[in-house]
Amino acid sequence: MIAFIIRRALQAIGVLVAVGLISFSMFRFAGDPVNQLVGIDTPAAEREALRAALGLDDPVPMQFARYIVKAAQFDFGISYQFRQPVSDMLASRAPATLELAIVATIFALVVGVLMGVYSALRRDSALAKVFQAVSLVGISLPTFLIGILLIYVFSVSLGWLPSFGRGQVVDLGWWTTGLLTSSGWAAIVMPSITLGLFQMTLIMRLVRAEMLEVLRADYIRFARARGLTSRAINFGHALKNTLVPVITVAGLQFGSVIAFAIITETVFQWPGMGLLFVQAVQNVDIPIMAAYLMFVGAIFVFINLVVDILYTVVDPRLRSSLRAPT
Amino acid sequence: MTHRTSILALTSAALLCATALSASAATLRYANQGDLKSLDPYTLNETTANAHLGHVYEGLTRRGKDLAIEPGLAESWEILDDGKRWRFNLRQGVTFQNGNPFTADDVLFSADRVRATGSNFQTRVPADAEFVKVDDYTVDVVLPTPNPILNAQWDTWYIMDQEWAVEHGVEMPTPASAETPSFAALNANGTGPFSITVHEPGVRTVFTRNDDWWDEPEHNLDEIVFTPIASDATRVAALLSGEVDVIEPVPVQDIERVRASDRADVLTGPELRTIFLGFDQDRDELLYSNVEGENPFKDPRVREAFMRAIDADLIRDRVMRGLSTPSALMIAPELFAYSDQFERTAYDPDRARALLAEAGYPDGFEVGMDCPNDRYVNDEAICQGVVSMLARVGVRVNLNAQPKAQYFAKVLRSGGYDTSFYLLGWTPGTFDSHNVLNDLHGCRTEGSPRGETNLGGYCNEEVDALIDRILVESDEDARNALIEQAYEITTSEFAYVPLHQQALAWGVASGVELVQRADNQVLLYWARKGE
Repeated sequence: MIAFIIRRALQAIGVLVAVGLISFSMFRFAGDPVNQLVGIDTPAAEREALRAALGLDDPVPMQFARYIVKAAQFDFGISYQFRQPVSDMLASRAPATLELAIVATIFALVVGVLMGVYSALRRDSALAKVFQAVSLVGISLPTFLIGILLIYVFSVSLGWLPSFGRGQVVDLGWWTTGLLTSSGWAAIVMPSITLGLFQMTLIMRLVRAEMLEVLRADYIRFARARGLTSRAINFGHALKNTLVPVITVAGLQFGSVIAFAIITETVFQWPGMGLLFVQAVQNVDIPIMAAYLMFVGAIFVFINLVVDILYTVVDPRLRSSLRAPT
Repeated sequence: MTHRTSILALTSAALLCATALSASAATLRYANQGDLKSLDPYTLNETTANAHLGHVYEGLTRRGKDLAIEPGLAESWEILDDGKRWRFNLRQGVTFQNGNPFTADDVLFSADRVRATGSNFQTRVPADAEFVKVDDYTVDVVLPTPNPILNAQWDTWYIMDQEWAVEHGVEMPTPASAETPSFAALNANGTGPFSITVHEPGVRTVFTRNDDWWDEPEHNLDEIVFTPIASDATRVAALLSGEVDVIEPVPVQDIERVRASDRADVLTGPELRTIFLGFDQDRDELLYSNVEGENPFKDPRVREAFMRAIDADLIRDRVMRGLSTPSALMIAPELFAYSDQFERTAYDPDRARALLAEAGYPDGFEVGMDCPNDRYVNDEAICQGVVSMLARVGVRVNLNAQPKAQYFAKVLRSGGYDTSFYLLGWTPGTFDSHNVLNDLHGCRTEGSPRGETNLGGYCNEEVDALIDRILVESDEDARNALIEQAYEITTSEFAYVPLHQQALAWGVASGVELVQRADNQVLLYWARKGE
């Protein structure tokens, strides 16, 4: 087991170095950061001095090596635009993104499971058809459009919810949270729906399909034959057995929720890491771009690692197959 | 009620009060598409940043609502020794927001700091100008040659407190490679009408009224809360839903909608920036063209044909939705007293075709065009319009529209002026023609900043001689006559095709009064709310 984890951790490091290399070579096409740092009437001599100070004159492999060595010590350099350490900036933005991602995932799970169960049990009811239609919208409409539609309905027309920002934020020292104030809750409603809608549809469809499958299984028929209440059968047995794949998918999707938060954060001016990344791309702020990509890469690797380990814990059959290659 | 719930109730009550208070009338909420990156007043020379910091910091001069130069931290000044010595009499009794007095030492310190490495404002103060402290409230600036526009840009050369800078180790403007974060990037200490009390880069900045300001405030605000909102649709929605009071800019396509609502209005006016087209007139063969062995743009007739083929009125009506002013010159009319002497060359596609034929291109030719797509108002749409208008006279243009990051990397000197035909915008930082002539029309020479942004390499010795005379001529009428002479040469040779001045568009909620200055600086120290 420990050998397995170590092997996986080594693979993870390999993946991260590859992510770093790919993102680093992409930045060569992002444009010249110096142009974004200075006004257009800045003399060339001044530009060249800045270029040298940023180390942009060195050969690319050298820049990359320098970067990886520093990144291993969690030093991602200084942002070109803000002149602040990137690790501090990401740390100060991370709570906003993580809070949004967690609320969106909980929303997707709760609503998705409820809608899925309902549409499996009452397949032909009118409400189930409405749910199907909603899920189609969730899958096919792009996120930014949903966000803007929500803003126009609930902020501009009705005036119920704020159109941007995080509301009043409470600083706990190591974490900032908007979930302790009423304005913070009002502010998170639309972004989390926008972000979670796609996952919600996915979970709803998954639960519905699994549920229909399980309801046909023998043990459900036996349970019915024994005269158990339909409530006990549906929720105690059928739903429980559908949840294993749902939790796997939701867990794996959490990484993409964080990554896709970029668009939601841009639409709602949500002060998280995604927004920081988008602004960094526009301004060719390479240290922020690189650190963010590494961070997202690390999250994906970590989630996959956890899921792999959990599988072996949950399913004894996998353990023996792991032992084989050693 | 248990102890815990009572604490909870108290906290929520306090929070509710805080929310209620922050929404009171004396708080002005302002959203801009860009954010305020660094608070160091010497790191980024950009209109929005300069305007933000102008609430906190002040220069020796300032500019009024009509852009006229006014006394700022200097009460008055006089020119001595035939223009080679300027004497500035500093305002007495002014204090920085940390309580330190403002004196001549701060001016000398700021003059060194603004010219140091890492400053983006080095051109604000000539490198060879020597600052001499006469007494605590008098400073002399000694120059090797007369310079009538010495203080033209000093309204955005902000004076910093020497003691504060030394105390916090920020005697130098932060170079981007600094290993440690700069104190001055996150904190500000000026003499202005507001002080910065909260600064979360990219999230929120709070400006609080400075009660110790030396001048009489025209605003009635206690606080300004600035939030960057990058997304156009969200910014407009925030204005329409009443969550912010002022936004800049309002996208051209949303102006009518904002005007139609009863909650807000749009302030529009011509901006000082001139949008224009430029040609590579330097290379012997164009980089992106089917013409081999020669450069058609070296022939003024071809450039005139381009000028005549483009209908600036149509661009104004169709692309800019009425919000542009077609221009005859490369400088905004507000900035040059004799600009009414010039008239835009009329749209005449037949004459354009004839000129092309005369120049030896009866069937036109093919050329590549570079265009930014996120820098100026509707920049890519303007270029597409230009492409189709040129197609009517037989010139086939291959448009390469890119984000500004890639565009500028390609066309500027650092990219080797890699372009044949391009669209660019220019606001003279000094609000003076010398800048336009020197930077855009001066011959490019190795080792000199002259003509560095003259991307097409237009060059005329006569114009260069005039530029040298304009720099040192102190008599205003004589100077304007020289400028007129220079523009007569450049327009008759069609050095560039000026298109238009784009319009400013600020969204303002009902009940808020603002002064819109043509340089697009949103200055809220002239704002009044709730009257």
